[in-house]
Amino acid sequence: MSKYTLTVNGQSRSVEAAPDTPLLWVLRDHLELVGTKFGCGVGQCGACTVHVNGVPTRACLTPVSTVGRMAITTIEGLDPKGAHPLQQAWCELDVPQCGYCQSGQIMTAAALLKSNPAPNDEDIDGAMAGNLCRCATYLRIRSGIKRAAEIAATATAAPTGKPLVTTKGGQQ
Amino acid sequence: MNAPAIDAPIDRRGFLKFSALASGGLVLGFYLKGNGASAAEVVNASAGATAFAPNAFIRIAANGTVTLMSKQPEIGQGIKTSLPMIIAEELDVNWKDVVVQQADLNPALYGSQSAGGSTSTPNNYDNFHKLGATAHAMLIEAAAQTWSVPATECTTVGGAVHHTSGKTLNYGALVAKAATLPVPASAPLKDPKTYKLLGTRISGVDNPKVVTGQPLFGIDTKVPGMLYAVYEKCPVFGGKAVSANLDQVKALPGVKDAFIIEGTSNTAGLSPGVAIIADSTWAAISARKQLKVVWDEGKFGNDSWDAYVTKAKELSAQPGQQMVHKEGDADAALAGAAKTITADYSYPFISHLSMEPQNCTAHFKDGKLEIWAPTQNPSSGLPAIAQSLGIKPSDITLHLIRSGGGFGRRLTPDFVFEAAAIAQKVPAPVKLTWTREDDLRHDQFRPGGFHFLKGGIDAKGKIVGWKNHFVTFGTMRPGRDGTGSSVQPGSGGALQKDQFPAMFLGNYLAEQSVIECNVPMGPWRAPGNNVFSFVMQGFIDELAHAAGRDPLEVRLELLSQKLGGDYNADRMLGVVKLVAEKAGWNPKKFPKGQGQGIAFHFSHRGYIAMVAEVTVSKEGQLKVDRVVAACDVGAQIVNLSGAENQVQGSVIDGIGTMMYQELNIEHGRIVQSNLHEYPMIRIPDAPPKIEVHFLKTTYPTTGLGEPALPPVAPTIANAIFAACGKRVRQFPISRTDLRWS
Repeated sequence: MSKYTLTVNGQSRSVEAAPDTPLLWVLRDHLELVGTKFGCGVGQCGACTVHVNGVPTRACLTPVSTVGRMAITTIEGLDPKGAHPLQQAWCELDVPQCGYCQSGQIMTAAALLKSNPAPNDEDIDGAMAGNLCRCATYLRIRSGIKRAAEIAATATAAPTGKPLVTTKGGQQ
Repeated sequence: MNAPAIDAPIDRRGFLKFSALASGGLVLGFYLKGNGASAAEVVNASAGATAFAPNAFIRIAANGTVTLMSKQPEIGQGIKTSLPMIIAEELDVNWKDVVVQQADLNPALYGSQSAGGSTSTPNNYDNFHKLGATAHAMLIEAAAQTWSVPATECTTVGGAVHHTSGKTLNYGALVAKAATLPVPASAPLKDPKTYKLLGTRISGVDNPKVVTGQPLFGIDTKVPGMLYAVYEKCPVFGGKAVSANLDQVKALPGVKDAFIIEGTSNTAGLSPGVAIIADSTWAAISARKQLKVVWDEGKFGNDSWDAYVTKAKELSAQPGQQMVHKEGDADAALAGAAKTITADYSYPFISHLSMEPQNCTAHFKDGKLEIWAPTQNPSSGLPAIAQSLGIKPSDITLHLIRSGGGFGRRLTPDFVFEAAAIAQKVPAPVKLTWTREDDLRHDQFRPGGFHFLKGGIDAKGKIVGWKNHFVTFGTMRPGRDGTGSSVQPGSGGALQKDQFPAMFLGNYLAEQSVIECNVPMGPWRAPGNNVFSFVMQGFIDELAHAAGRDPLEVRLELLSQKLGGDYNADRMLGVVKLVAEKAGWNPKKFPKGQGQGIAFHFSHRGYIAMVAEVTVSKEGQLKVDRVVAACDVGAQIVNLSGAENQVQGSVIDGIGTMMYQELNIEHGRIVQSNLHEYPMIRIPDAPPKIEVHFLKTTYPTTGLGEPALPPVAPTIANAIFAACGKRVRQFPISRTDLRWS
């Protein structure tokens, strides 16, 4: 066991874990940030995608010992109010089915929008091919990314744009 | 696994009969806590005296918040949103004022809580209307009494009662009064023409949590003091653990315990294996890498897919072991046919691969078991679990947690059995997590199968005879080690006697033979149908092309020849004609390398037809350009957004299954281990366009989790043939050379 101080969603977090523990399990078991999902453990499904210094990264293949003080952003920290254009678009267009893969989808898409604010289908397919959606909501993922691009463009033009999340439900 | 074709036209009598049938005799009064009882009696004490709770599903607080309970397992089919919508519609409240809460398992309160067979909608649709309408009538009555006016002078809009005089009271202001009123025996339902919510697009109630990563799924469960478990099972099906290096494993970092679980001899129960308990998931997974188990592999350690293929060919040369269905004399008809063709179709075992691996959290303490489970079938296995723990079934509390995908996988409670058995030996709550490898190799697999077909056409190109020798897989049951009384086809591995085109051809013979194996088989999205449609609709296409006829025309002709049975040919004709119109059916307009295909299928009470347009490059690369679907699932689409999502998802799932999914078996075990060896469809293969059309009919409203999947594969296969003349008769497509010149 070793002690690590990580920077997660802008906060300093200390954990004690074996050096080879994947960041995925540190987030889920140690830091109780369960939005980052376990899907395959071999970097194939993308459900565990987080940003490490802004770069979409497979948390299941990232040993905690390699992270240092690099900035880790998880789905919980993507937007302070949970109202990133992708989060708004995902709710507006009802993208999820089971929803399990969607935090990984959104994290990958957020990195895409940062580098390419107006992606076309081909750009989206290229960037999102590493993220599996077993329910196959792929058409809505494409639409959701394009809608998020629109929301972001509108917000830049008129920063008063308010979140489009209209449903209140969802309590367990 | 075909659901009965319950499709009497809707009338009041049909409504009630249908409800009673579908929910296994459940009557509305049961939900409503006895007609005539005071609503106050069922008010949950925690809600306080000012809440109105006329039944177990509805609670209206004095501040106007409407809490609706969702009783069904949410597995991505959208039921947690759609069923509450029905209540909200009849209750006449604004959706933004509704909070949906997931119910724990409590069949005494909620009735059946299983999500399988696309039954959640048809089994609950009418009852949920009535639940909302009853509460609605009571709120009107409460207002009428408050104002001392006749109830007939009152109407509602968006959670408020209005009187003709202009007086208005919000529901919240009426809850105290309403809670004192008797629950009426019946209440008027809304005229569907006045629906404001049903048929619109409503975003899933859990979406805000999904997109912000809040704890939501079974695997997200965390209970104070919880430990983490993994469970290793014998790679050969039916084998069991003899011994293991438990002392060595127990000494590893973070490991709290390790033990062998003997399991039950009955396949319906607990699988034998070795459990490792640790203080984190990773510690358990890491320790497992050091685990060495001596297995008793049983008698199936030499099984292989290749041997199954050989066996299937042997069986195909003999008469079928069992006659499935016979009409007329197929042999004589084929002998007299102007032209006959034969074709062999086959498909492998596949996995469900739900994104969330199987998992379950359990806590056994003081003779009580508490379970947190992402399951489709929460009641399943609980009596046996109670018995194994020496407790009563009523000592088990099961929290029903959202599942990261179902597809039929979570109907089998093997992971719940394992968590309960582990919890029995661990003095703390424990979360069992399967790795993806566990999930892929210990699934309840979609059975593989082989069809040996012969069909004939007459001089006019009409199909006159059809024979199918279906070679399927079965297991000797109930013994886990393959001992038992008889070999029975696996779930989804038995051909139904009325599987189309049975009942539509005067000379038809379907026979079935079974290969014995010990592979666990379970329902996989539209069991049986998901492969039978590929075979039947593919071979119909082959016969149409052999006759030089238009594949649509041949299908219309077949559908006009119904001999009997529950299949509603008129409903199918409706969607076939609609899809042909919407797609612009004209297969001759496409240049070589591009093609249009059509297929249809009935299952799970849904009538679905599809047309696909594909491009096949000279190098044999497939691209699906467009899919058009026409669906008849009755009178009302509940949530248009969810319904469309289910159909589009089914289309892509169907394409992915035929393109990629395949498990191999060698030495009695699954060869593939994880996604790098078991590819699934990804976004670049998703068609740019999937158009979904719902044909509203007068039939009862039914489910959409499954019926749109079966026609996908044959539609694509038929389009491929139209494009390049290559007939796909095997899954996955990579087994067929699609190159052309």
